[in-house]
Amino acid sequence: MSSEQRAPDSPARNPAPPRKATLTFTERFVPPAISVVSVVVVFGLVARVVTSAEHWPRIQLQFFNLEAIIAAFPRVFQGFLINMSVWAVALVAIGIWALLLAVFRSLTGPWFAPLRVFAVVYIDLLRGIPSLLLVLLFGFGVPALQLPGLPRSNLFWGSVAMVLGYAAYAAEVYRSGMEAVHDGQRAAGKALGLTQWQSLRYAILPQAIRNVIPALLNLAVALQKDVALLSVIGVRDAVREAQIYTARTFNYSSLIAAAILFLLATIPMARLTDWVTRRDQERRLQRTV
Amino acid sequence: MNRINIENVTKYYGTTLVLDGIDLSVAEHEVVCLIGASGSGKSTLLRCINQLVPFDHGRIYIDGKAIDDESHFGRNGLRKRIGIVFQAYNLFPHMKVLDNITLAPRKVHGVGRAESEERAMELLNLFGMHSFASSYPEQLSGGQQQRVAIVRALATNPEVLLLDEVTAALDPELIAGVLDVIRSLKDNGMTMIIVTHEMSFARDVGDRVCFLEGGRILEQDKPQKLFSGPENPRTRQFLDRIIRAGRL
Repeated sequence: MSSEQRAPDSPARNPAPPRKATLTFTERFVPPAISVVSVVVVFGLVARVVTSAEHWPRIQLQFFNLEAIIAAFPRVFQGFLINMSVWAVALVAIGIWALLLAVFRSLTGPWFAPLRVFAVVYIDLLRGIPSLLLVLLFGFGVPALQLPGLPRSNLFWGSVAMVLGYAAYAAEVYRSGMEAVHDGQRAAGKALGLTQWQSLRYAILPQAIRNVIPALLNLAVALQKDVALLSVIGVRDAVREAQIYTARTFNYSSLIAAAILFLLATIPMARLTDWVTRRDQERRLQRTV
Repeated sequence: MNRINIENVTKYYGTTLVLDGIDLSVAEHEVVCLIGASGSGKSTLLRCINQLVPFDHGRIYIDGKAIDDESHFGRNGLRKRIGIVFQAYNLFPHMKVLDNITLAPRKVHGVGRAESEERAMELLNLFGMHSFASSYPEQLSGGQQQRVAIVRALATNPEVLLLDEVTAALDPELIAGVLDVIRSLKDNGMTMIIVTHEMSFARDVGDRVCFLEGGRILEQDKPQKLFSGPENPRTRQFLDRIIRAGRL
């Protein structure tokens, strides 16, 4: 039916989308104003109560002493750079080593049994031991052996301990990603004549890795803080430097300085993880539609 | 000479008998359709032929050679000669259409990239799909994905093509395009075994139709005969139900 023939009072064929309801001034501005005011009032009251406490000046002097924070900052920051370099290098090493472990574990066929057994035992052992214990064991233990040809740096061996421990977790993350790839993909690879390795390399792993990037980023955030464990074996990282300052001055503000530095690194990482996770979920939703 | 000889193939899933002494031979250029209710063993039989699932007794021969004869076929050699297309397409979602198609020629058959891409474009062109070469599977409709899956199976120049309910996951208006592709393969002399629920298609394209039930071939005949006057009462019952459902 053409538009000319349509009776004048009949509804338009393509009615315009409904207009957004217009809000009155009160509807638009009062709810946010209430939010802001109530937040300010509640947190203001809490701050008031805390700072008016009898011992607050002492707490402030010991922990939030701006002068002490500034004085400790250069050393703490230098230490923090060590933390972050260990973190960056360990991330790469963990990503590769864990992927290898996951592949070992996924291989079928009798000839691969040694690799499979190795991966299973490795993951069980290394996931079951506290990170702190691993760091002590490697950071103090291996250099003490004084084996020829091996590095003696406790920084090196402490980092190795972090990599070995975290790789056990990351391997399980990879494995879950591989198991989440639909069985039909394996069947398709097989049917095309791909070998088991080719099937993994071209069909399964690319999908598995994409599946687990959010989970791996979560591990990366956890590792970002756990690198501070290296301070117990004498690595002069942010925490160690802060402790040295504390030992000299009996003021704990240097630890707060270190805490601030870690927060500045971890909070953006956590936001990034959230963002990647959300994007990943949207991608999956799109696929099922 | 027969392309495929299946002799007394028997398979259990656990203690359930899914294939009960299947005998079937397929001549060169022949198109055999397998019909029957879900669970009758059609798909399992198909998967046994290219060794996607192992079977317990019996033998399957391709051109007179047992399919488990590694000295003849070599590792994976059998699958270089038999293509299979699945109900759920099973395209690799992270690869473009063209890469999906050229993966096996390049990695399994050692064909160069340029040559395999040329051949892939030829095949895509043949089925009106060339404009999708650099799309990802999820950007395509189900019918288009299934046509890509068929092209992927053809890209290695298989001698036999196995089709496992390739239209079962498609919306009705997308089925015709896929069936046209299969019809043109038949016209080009491809040897095919087709598991299908599309009875009119089986009647149209099959040289022979086999009715399976309980892991056995109860009846096989030319489609005109089997669909118009089935001898076995179970076949008749099955077809009656299909007709009542308006699918034939």
